[in-house]
Amino acid sequence: MEILFYIAAAVTLLATVRVITHVHAVHALLYLVVALIALALIFYLLGAQFAAALEIIIYGGAIMVLFIFVVMLLGPLAVEQEKSWLTPGTWVGPNVLALVLLGEVGYLIAAGDHLPIDFMETRRKGVSIVLYGPYIIGVELASMLLLPGLIGAYHLGRRVPKESR
Amino acid sequence: MLTTHALVLAIMLFCIGLVGLLSRRNVLYMLLSLEIMLNAASLAFIAGGARWGQADGEIMFLFILTLAAAEVSVALGIVLQLSYRFQTLDADAFSEMKG
Amino acid sequence: MNSQVASQVNLVTGSQMLRLLWLIPALPLAGFLLLALFGGRLSRRQVARVGCGSVGAAALITALVGADFLRAFPDRPSYHQMLWKWIDTSEMTVGVSWYLDALSLLMVAVVTGIGFLIHLYSVEYMSGTGEAGVSAPAGRAGEDHQGYARFFAYMNLFVAAMLTLVLADNLLLLYLGWEGVGLCSYLLIGFWYREPEYGAAAQKAFIVTRIGDTAFAVGLFILFTQLKSLSIQQVQTLAAEAWPIGSNVAVIVAVLFLVGALGKSAQLPLQVWLPDAMAGPTPVSALIHAATMVTAGVYLIARMHQLFELAPSVQEVVAMIGLLTLLLAACSALVQRDIKRVLAYSTMSQIGYMFLALGVGAWSAALFHFLTHACFKALLFLAAGSVIHSLGHEQDIFRMGGLRRRLPLTFWTFLIGAAAMSGVPFITSGFYSKDWILWSAWSSPLSHRWIWFGALLGTLLTGLYSFRLLFRVFFGEVRTQPIGEPGVAMRVPLLVLAFLAVTVGFLELPRTLGDLPLFSRYLSHVLPAIETIPGMDKSVEALVQIAVTFSALLGMGLAAVLFLPRATFVDRLAGTSLGRALVIFWRGGWGFDRMYDGLIVRPWLHLTRESGELIDRGYESLAVAAESFHVWLSRTQTGHVRWYAATVAVGALVLLGLFAM
Repeated sequence: MEILFYIAAAVTLLATVRVITHVHAVHALLYLVVALIALALIFYLLGAQFAAALEIIIYGGAIMVLFIFVVMLLGPLAVEQEKSWLTPGTWVGPNVLALVLLGEVGYLIAAGDHLPIDFMETRRKGVSIVLYGPYIIGVELASMLLLPGLIGAYHLGRRVPKESR
Repeated sequence: MLTTHALVLAIMLFCIGLVGLLSRRNVLYMLLSLEIMLNAASLAFIAGGARWGQADGEIMFLFILTLAAAEVSVALGIVLQLSYRFQTLDADAFSEMKG
Repeated sequence: MNSQVASQVNLVTGSQMLRLLWLIPALPLAGFLLLALFGGRLSRRQVARVGCGSVGAAALITALVGADFLRAFPDRPSYHQMLWKWIDTSEMTVGVSWYLDALSLLMVAVVTGIGFLIHLYSVEYMSGTGEAGVSAPAGRAGEDHQGYARFFAYMNLFVAAMLTLVLADNLLLLYLGWEGVGLCSYLLIGFWYREPEYGAAAQKAFIVTRIGDTAFAVGLFILFTQLKSLSIQQVQTLAAEAWPIGSNVAVIVAVLFLVGALGKSAQLPLQVWLPDAMAGPTPVSALIHAATMVTAGVYLIARMHQLFELAPSVQEVVAMIGLLTLLLAACSALVQRDIKRVLAYSTMSQIGYMFLALGVGAWSAALFHFLTHACFKALLFLAAGSVIHSLGHEQDIFRMGGLRRRLPLTFWTFLIGAAAMSGVPFITSGFYSKDWILWSAWSSPLSHRWIWFGALLGTLLTGLYSFRLLFRVFFGEVRTQPIGEPGVAMRVPLLVLAFLAVTVGFLELPRTLGDLPLFSRYLSHVLPAIETIPGMDKSVEALVQIAVTFSALLGMGLAAVLFLPRATFVDRLAGTSLGRALVIFWRGGWGFDRMYDGLIVRPWLHLTRESGELIDRGYESLAVAAESFHVWLSRTQTGHVRWYAATVAVGALVLLGLFAM
């Protein structure tokens, strides 16, 4: 059990690193899909089977397919330019920032009190009950968010005729 | 122990996403980095939910999922529009809102 | 608490007509709104109908309400009507509520009645093209259509504000009307705003009365913090319970209220605005002097009489200020050249009589003089307006003369007005009211002998200046050719007011002459009776009356001797160096304007100019600092989305850092 978690975690980390360092967009996307699947495994191991399934179906499926479509629509990407943008210097600042953040949160987690962990299965039935009970307003808000998302995507995605620019 | 480590993993993923967001100039990669950060947040919620045996973690995951779907659809539309108008995906080229 | 119960009972038993009370101030206000919003679109005739009709309807309703009120009068001394709560907090509840008693009914009747006559008069006076064909001078509004509607809108608002003032149940609402009256006086005095000096006169009126208003407001604050109430009736009962006679708080509040009243009523030392207020159209002057504005101070003191009774020292000051004002203003009135300024100073003088009466505790005498004064002063102003109108806006009395035969109606009405003001015995209203005041000044325990002698001198001066004006304008040789008598809309108010100026006096006949004290009996439910020193019987009163009569007749006779044949003696007297200096000094209103100018206005302007530099520099450096900060801050807005993301990350870092600590 535990070893599975660590392997999945390692895969996620490596794949994610590759996502942000790769110069080929499609390759980067594939790495991201790998990372998402590994993450789904971790969700499963944490007892959230429903979340794991959704992670694969919606994230790994739907959202990534959207990305692929866009990459196709954009046409061949200038790989060389990508390379030229990725100078070592650009990595320094963000890395420092991220390392500090990592350190801070690591400290927080280490300093926090450690209760003996035996995780319980989250009840899937409970998820539905709570979702349509106390969180109903959140569901409504989510639906309200999705509708403008739909309209916005439709509106923004249109190719504007040359003369009207 | 596992949930604590999951939290560590989450913050590591978040940091990688942040690095990607800040260092890549291509808008598409920035979006990918954003997805990574959102996933990191979901992982943190799931881990929390598992730790306390509560359904709320998963519900938060659902909301993040919804948010990500809406965000990605709009953001990709914007990416398309930017590439039509500027013929590039360089984020630094889109600085017309400079103060 | 008691008054509330009583008012509820009144509401239940109040008959239909009394419930219309709210319409009295509401109608002129509605007229104002209508004219202000749609005045430009209405025709001249419609404007006149709305402007005049709203006040006329208010007068009509006043008559109905008054009749209804008087039917059950002594049994029901007051009527209270609550419309809505204006301010409602735990500490303070202020309602828009009206309070009708004998005093406010009298005021309302005068304001609406005289106000209506003045409105009617203005329909023709302001039309610019009356029957006589006189057009308003070039550059003056009244020519243009907008000005006509604007005039009536302001006039209606003026009446509405004054009605709010006199009907208010609480001091805050009264203050609203008080300020509204001040605002309207500003708007109307500066009605011909294209002429800078008129604008300056309007500002002067506004600023000088503001001094009084501020004192009044401070008085209100003190009253409220001390007694936790603003209801006029409640405050006075509470004050009488809480403060002993002559206590410091009572004196301070009474002084502050008095300063407020002095500002509005143009009494010393805040009288300087009134002569300049003649810049407005003549009907405005009539409205300000007769029905609204200047009488507000008298009303305030009469309304708050219980408070002033708690501060006898202040009451004495009221009497002295009244006496001083009446004498100074009478002297100034003697030498003015402008017909309206003579009348302005005469108003100050007559209001001085009212203050004197208030000061010696003759409350109802003051209000009786207010009533008669409203009639004859409105008459005098409207008759003067008729003269000015027919002479093509000539106001200098040295260029008038011999109008007696050319304008017989104006002459006779003016004569009645002047006679009433001077107090021609037995047949004019002014005689009865002034005689009452002088009798009170003689017999009241609060008075002194010298006050009475001063007031007696005042009657002499009144006769002198009123008839000087009459003789200068209507007798002698013709200097400017008049165009002719005014039209019907101006004649009717003149005739009605002339009738009133004679007959109103018979409402109160003294003991020696018929003994019919209708007026004082009517007001006795609101105002305390006038005290007299023991031993003042009928014979003393008759002697006083003879003295007053003699003094007034002497003044008139003196005027006849000095001005009737040819004013050579007076001219020679004014020609001497002393005489000339005196004339200039009096004409300028005893140098008050110059004194204020030197003591306050100039030093203040100097100070502002000097310190203005400094303050400006302070504000400029503030602006520079803001601008440089803005430039610095706008650099952060690079337009690079990654930079924004980085700043968000740094912010998160800082927050987490704070959390970790």
